[in-house]
Amino acid sequence: MSTLQNTTEQILQLAAEHFRVPREKLAADDDFFTKLGINSLQALDLLTRLEQHFHIELPDYELQGVSDFRTLAERIQSRL
Amino acid sequence: MLDLRQYNSLGEALRAALERWPEEVCLIEADRERENVRLTFRQFKESALPLARALQNAGFKNGTRAAIIMTNQSKWLISAYAIFFCGGVLVPLDYKLTADEQLQLLAHSKAEFLVVEYHLWRVISQAEGFSNLAARGVLVTEAPAGVDLAGAKRWEEFQAEEAPEFVARQRKDPACIVYSSGTGGRPKGCVLTHENYLEQCVALTSLYPFWPGVRYLSILPTNHAIDFMVGFIGPFTCGAAVVHLRTLRPEYIREAFTRYKITYMSLVPLVLKNLERGLRERFDKLPSGRRRMLNALVAANRALTRRRPKLWLSRSLLREVHAAFGGELRALFVGGAFTEPATLQFFYDLGILVGNGYGCSEAGTVITVNDFRPFRADTVGKPLPGIEVKILNSDADGIGEVAVRSKTVMSHYLDDPTLTAETIVNGWLVTGDLGRVDQMGHLQLFGRKKNMIVTEEGKNIYPEDIETAFEGLPVKEYCVFAANYLWPDRTMVGEQLVIVLHLEAGQTITPQLVAEISERNRRLANYKRLSGYVAWERDFPLTASLKIKRAELAGQIRESLERSAVVPL
Repeated sequence: MSTLQNTTEQILQLAAEHFRVPREKLAADDDFFTKLGINSLQALDLLTRLEQHFHIELPDYELQGVSDFRTLAERIQSRL
Repeated sequence: MLDLRQYNSLGEALRAALERWPEEVCLIEADRERENVRLTFRQFKESALPLARALQNAGFKNGTRAAIIMTNQSKWLISAYAIFFCGGVLVPLDYKLTADEQLQLLAHSKAEFLVVEYHLWRVISQAEGFSNLAARGVLVTEAPAGVDLAGAKRWEEFQAEEAPEFVARQRKDPACIVYSSGTGGRPKGCVLTHENYLEQCVALTSLYPFWPGVRYLSILPTNHAIDFMVGFIGPFTCGAAVVHLRTLRPEYIREAFTRYKITYMSLVPLVLKNLERGLRERFDKLPSGRRRMLNALVAANRALTRRRPKLWLSRSLLREVHAAFGGELRALFVGGAFTEPATLQFFYDLGILVGNGYGCSEAGTVITVNDFRPFRADTVGKPLPGIEVKILNSDADGIGEVAVRSKTVMSHYLDDPTLTAETIVNGWLVTGDLGRVDQMGHLQLFGRKKNMIVTEEGKNIYPEDIETAFEGLPVKEYCVFAANYLWPDRTMVGEQLVIVLHLEAGQTITPQLVAEISERNRRLANYKRLSGYVAWERDFPLTASLKIKRAELAGQIRESLERSAVVPL
């Protein structure tokens, strides 16, 4: 089973690819709204991409109150 | 035309609708490609009445306040109807607030009952202020089997067989307490009466009618005034149906249009722009011949609908575009924030009507909306029937503060007579928005007089509400303002918040101080964040009770500093 660290790394990689930013510019504690310059709809778009990758379903509310990659990884990890 | 004159309350009007169209579908709840619920008016009634009886058995009485904190779904509307049936006052709270904010508003509203989704309840019941929750009955929906509900009951099991007793209310009685702001600072609970809603419903449906078979796609939160009206009261009282979608992902919204043959939908500018982007990308991918054909058809549609919309013509000219919206769409409604005229024009040229409107919780829901006679991309439309709008203290350009008088204007702010007296003056609701009424009677907006910002997602942010996030900041004093309030520039786009810092004697702005502000800023929800800071050298003017005189301070700053003094964070 994937560790939290591993899950976080995969999310960072996918976010970098999805929004076309260099992976090394993203860190686990980054605020993805600010760092990626995205709005809430684009964040939902990222959630869809993560669902496909992790083969899980993530309700929209899993993004509520979450703005950094690490917390997002925790939410996803609990569903793996 | 809808006639609700014979009804004194929302409960009565809804009850009559449930009896009138028993076999019509009134509610569909979809989640992605799945359909969770489909109810006729009769089934809706059968779902709500056992809940109403159980509430009455638990001591729910005439005037009892009950809050709902839920995403858009069938149990929201079923619970709301049960509350109105019992003569209750509904407190719809924003599910996107933090648990602490929700607890604060629950306390302020004195809600005795709470209906809440499990995933939200889980967070609320672990919040620091949870022990102060005074509600005596909490009903939790969709809780997994075997989990501890921290004293709450399961909504699905909270039913009683005996028929409930319908509790009559008067038109002037409160129906809802709607919070237009007030987290952290001073809660603004708009007390809206049954009359406010019944009048608003008649006025809105006279322009945009509902009837059995019409389907409204509900994606804006139902706790917001607009969705509560056009995604519940309006369609239900007219025998139409509401479609709830439990995800806001654009791909599923697009799919819902075609699957459910949607007639109307309300959205915020952000979602509208997203739809525009999606269409433009599709158009750009067309082979050049087809693209030229599309451009010609769009030009033809634009010319033929210049004076008024001709939906049948547009649907036939631009068949594929309309098919993507399900082929039955009559109008989209946009409001809550500024919408660019170019976006409205883009959709109008395709024959997709986007009714740009303006309103606020204090005025029921909608104050003005475009009626397409003719289409105007540069205004928020004309006042609804029965609503008077005037401009106070207008300048040489005719621009001044927008004031509203109508039966849709709220009764008062809950437990705040001072704020009520400042807001409703001689029967006119003073909105704090700056506007001008043109010769055709259309309202155009030009920024705000009040100290607040509105995001593209339609969220109202009051600077006072976020100041608590900076409590204990190592400076002498600080104050947060909307930049456009300090330096008015007659725009409603790109609004920002700034923090004004008054340092201790000898103190300077250090990288550590900026880092601390940035760190605290980061903890705020992304749409509530400060954009910059500005240093200020004089003491803040204070009231006798040591509160900052914000308007006076703003005036001093405006006189002494330029907007360029703001340092970006």
